[in-house]
Amino acid sequence: MVNYFFLITLLPLIGFLVNGIFGYKIKNEKVAGIIGSGTILGSFIIALIAFFQLLGMPAEQRTITVTLFQWITAGSFNISAAYLIDPLSVVMSLIITGVGFLIHVYSIGYMHGDRGFARFFAFLNLFIFAMLNLVLGDNFLLMFLGWEGVGLCSYLLIGFWYEKKFTGDAANKAFWVNRIGDLGFMIAMFYILVNFGSLNFGAVFGAAGSSIAPGSTLITVITILLFVGATGKSAQIPLFIWLPDAMAGPTPVSALIHAATMVTAGVYMVARCSILFALAPFTMDLILAIGALTAFFAATIAVTQNDIKKILAYSTVSQLGFMFMALGAGAFSTGIFHVTTHAFFKALMFLGAGSVIHSMHEEQDVMNMGGLKNKMKVTFLTFLMGGIAISGIPPFSGFFSKDEILTNVYLSGNYLFFGLGVLTAFMTAFYIFRLIGLTFYGNPRYDEHKTHPHESPKVMTIPLIILAVLSVIGGFIGLPHIVGPNLIDHFLEPVFASARTILPVHHIEAGTEIMLIVISVFVAVVGIFLAYRAYAKAYKPEVSRNPVYNFVQNKYKVDEFYNAVIVTPLRMLSNLLYKFFDLIVIDGIVNGSGKFFTSLSGDWRKMQTGVIQDYAVISVAGIIAIIIFVLLVVK
Amino acid sequence: MINNILSFLIFLPIILSIPILFFKAGKDKLIKTYTIAVTIVVFILSIILYFGFDASKSDFQFVEKVQWVTDFNIFYFLGVDGISLLLILLTTLIFPVTILAVWNSITTRTKEFYFLLLILEGSLIGVFLSLDLILFYVFWELILIPMYFIIGIWGGKNKYYATVKFFLYTMFGSLLMLVAIIWLANYATPMIGKFTTDYTELRKVSIFMPLNIQMWMFIFFGLSFAIKVPMFPFHTWLPDAHTEAPTAGSVILAAVLLKMGTYGLLRFSIGLFPLTFVRFAVPIAILGVIGIIYGALLCIAQKDMKKLVAYSSVSHMGFIVLALAGMTVESVQGGLIQMVNHGLSTGALFLFVGFIYDRRHTREIADYGGLTKIIPIFASLFLVVCLSSIGLPGLNGFVGEFMILAGSFASPNLHNNIYTILGTIGIVLSAVYLLWMYQRVMLGPVENEANRNVPDLNKREIISIIPILLFIVWIGVYPNTFLSKSEASVKRVIENVEAAKKNILNIY
Repeated sequence: MVNYFFLITLLPLIGFLVNGIFGYKIKNEKVAGIIGSGTILGSFIIALIAFFQLLGMPAEQRTITVTLFQWITAGSFNISAAYLIDPLSVVMSLIITGVGFLIHVYSIGYMHGDRGFARFFAFLNLFIFAMLNLVLGDNFLLMFLGWEGVGLCSYLLIGFWYEKKFTGDAANKAFWVNRIGDLGFMIAMFYILVNFGSLNFGAVFGAAGSSIAPGSTLITVITILLFVGATGKSAQIPLFIWLPDAMAGPTPVSALIHAATMVTAGVYMVARCSILFALAPFTMDLILAIGALTAFFAATIAVTQNDIKKILAYSTVSQLGFMFMALGAGAFSTGIFHVTTHAFFKALMFLGAGSVIHSMHEEQDVMNMGGLKNKMKVTFLTFLMGGIAISGIPPFSGFFSKDEILTNVYLSGNYLFFGLGVLTAFMTAFYIFRLIGLTFYGNPRYDEHKTHPHESPKVMTIPLIILAVLSVIGGFIGLPHIVGPNLIDHFLEPVFASARTILPVHHIEAGTEIMLIVISVFVAVVGIFLAYRAYAKAYKPEVSRNPVYNFVQNKYKVDEFYNAVIVTPLRMLSNLLYKFFDLIVIDGIVNGSGKFFTSLSGDWRKMQTGVIQDYAVISVAGIIAIIIFVLLVVK
Repeated sequence: MINNILSFLIFLPIILSIPILFFKAGKDKLIKTYTIAVTIVVFILSIILYFGFDASKSDFQFVEKVQWVTDFNIFYFLGVDGISLLLILLTTLIFPVTILAVWNSITTRTKEFYFLLLILEGSLIGVFLSLDLILFYVFWELILIPMYFIIGIWGGKNKYYATVKFFLYTMFGSLLMLVAIIWLANYATPMIGKFTTDYTELRKVSIFMPLNIQMWMFIFFGLSFAIKVPMFPFHTWLPDAHTEAPTAGSVILAAVLLKMGTYGLLRFSIGLFPLTFVRFAVPIAILGVIGIIYGALLCIAQKDMKKLVAYSSVSHMGFIVLALAGMTVESVQGGLIQMVNHGLSTGALFLFVGFIYDRRHTREIADYGGLTKIIPIFASLFLVVCLSSIGLPGLNGFVGEFMILAGSFASPNLHNNIYTILGTIGIVLSAVYLLWMYQRVMLGPVENEANRNVPDLNKREIISIIPILLFIVWIGVYPNTFLSKSEASVKRVIENVEAAKKNILNIY
């Protein structure tokens, strides 16, 4: 077959260059918007072609490698720029370009009239380019290129409205925290390169599968370091702090980067390296624990937030925690399944929130909303679909993937984390319907003379409708055993085959499966019911005096903690080193020795005769003296 | 001509600097046009050299060797290998770029300034091409003179303090080097059968000298290189010299002069005393890592943009020191490409600081804020350069840093990967200090009214910076264009080290 698959990444790159370099000349928004969205549509179509081409091949042979060129060659390093097209990367590419395309289209409406319209599309395209490199790269280094590239785009887009003070702070925080995670990734690469002699996925995974003993120190160290990278990019404990602040960016960015795609990079990375993680049971347990704790704590914060985007941001952190629970339980394809459904319903809800914020003139506090359901019908109905999906009501998509995660955690025997997961599922239904109740139901709590909420234009609502449809039916690609075939699990199977041979196999009885479904539906219904009763009515905001509630609402004061133990000491150390050690101690010694000789010269200045020959003689004599000293004494 | 191309590279700028002195004073435009034309010709010569260079050979090429001081067998001896080739290209690129970029910055004593620049270029090329130690020393010292005047005449407020410190500090180092050169040649006389300062002769015998003698020679050579790099704790002349120098001086100082130090370490310290270098690999790596972290921490404390960039040099050069200490093909190749990268990125950073200084006459970070809205082209290009310095994959800095760290990670000479792991902290810190500076200068609201009417980059400034941006992307995406040229030469250096290790095992 022809290797035109490199166009998947090339098209967004072209879009970036055109809008980035000539953007200031493109006065017509439509042109910039069509270039931006069209290139992504093109990538999506090529990804679809790749998908069908893979389907046409025997399951075990479904990999296509596209080598572009040798990237870095030196000594024993031989790293190529090459793409690996296999079921996992194709699924990810379809999500990225498919959901990405819808968000690009939506942005044409959302960013209408913005001074940086072309710049916005340039950055979005650059992001898609980097993200596709992340998932398509056939070696760790190219993945890392995409990995840091999406971090850069995240930085650029969070700080898109650079004239506001806090966007710069949020953008820097995102970049720095991610870089800390990236160090883990990088050091892991060094270990891999040194021990396996390559960074190529095929070579490393092959060698690991055949030569590494399960649970060995080396593999545990490598996987923990990789996971540190994942906690940065995918906003898990302890590096989750940047994601809520990242909401300073335009809302389509929050939908695309900080919900649907980039933040799932960590999940993708662990899934891609499934064989390495399968060999490190300790790391798997760690991932399960971190995932469960993150899911739980983020959900508790989400319950207390009033900013519509912050609620969704903590919800994202929490849902990412669910994905890591799946990975930690060894259910790699389930993790990717949840990535898929989450991309649909969370992108939908963010775009819906954007639609609300737009019509409310940049108001983001749900306490100042209320009663919008009749004024923005499409936004309301589609948001509701997303809400039902994330809550886990069958047959909406979120139900299938979340139920599958909880089932797998249950089967792995970690009942504590299973319980935490169920509790989190309950809170999820509650906080999302609290949001829906406060926003769309009840009494208007804004100044109705000044603000006139209205439905958004079609260019924004059509993407909402498409995503709503996907959120409703998207779950059918992964049905539970008792209902029907699990298509996505089956499609991804070859990628995880070698990991599965190492991991314990769990068989599930129909009775258990039904029981688990009943539990997860039950908690979702209770959560929705409670939230509906409390918030879907005329509501009067009040300030809580409960210290525990306030502590949670203040995000457990994690930011303050990090500031106190890392940021402030770092600045103090820098100042101390500069003002005391460098300027006084080191430079003091340098200048001191200079002064010493100056004072000596005061006495010796009589030697200054002004005759050049004298100086020459003295200089030569000095050098000879040093040589003699060296020859005699040093020897 | 092709046979004497190296002499042309050195002496074309030096000889053609003389006519400048006869230009009429006040004909600034003519002088500048003339100078940039000369530097472009030199750049074209170096391109010819690049294409004429046979990358498969590890020997010195285009060799020119003439007796200079017959009695002492001192030669006019030039040659180029993959290592010096890349640094020559860097040097000849930086000069025209800088001259174009600072076109209107020098308004007094123009004649003298451009005269000195050409002398400086010729002597810098001489340093990288000399294969006779005395010849090398002559060019090494020659550089001090134009640099002394460039900072001393066209510098800032504290220029006298900075020049004297720069001059004395480096002079101190070079005198020790001179002692070492004579001592080495003298000690080698019975082994070779004659007194000579021919590098290729000396390196054959220097490895057989007693280890304690080698150690002292190594230290004498090494100190002058360490000061030039500069390695911690010999770095304090650098921020002063950088801050006081005019933009062109800072750019050339950072981009090319500092490379003399790392080049010297690679060519002479490792080349002549491989075993001693191996013995000292760990302390050198430690100094490199201290430089990385310490330099980066000091950057965070800076309030002056130019000082910040100066201290960032200390940090970035630390990576190159670590690369040399690692002494594997991968790390040294990475170190070499990083010398070029640092020249491009830090050179460009100084240019951008210069652009903004020319407009507002202040370098205080606190005087700025929100410039992106006022000067968007400057903002985007400046960001690209910052990202290259931060080591973003896809741009040049990443390739160098990755190769250095990965190459030194399992270095047999360092016995431990802790140095590399600590070195990676510098990668986080570089993002911290550069993006923080970028935020304070470029982002946020415009708070200082004096910045409202700052003009954006003009065509000349954009054109001057484009070649650097081109190489920043080129090296990031396809570094093999350059890595392939130096691979054979670097391999040979490493093979010599390994061979010396084996030899010593045979002797003892």
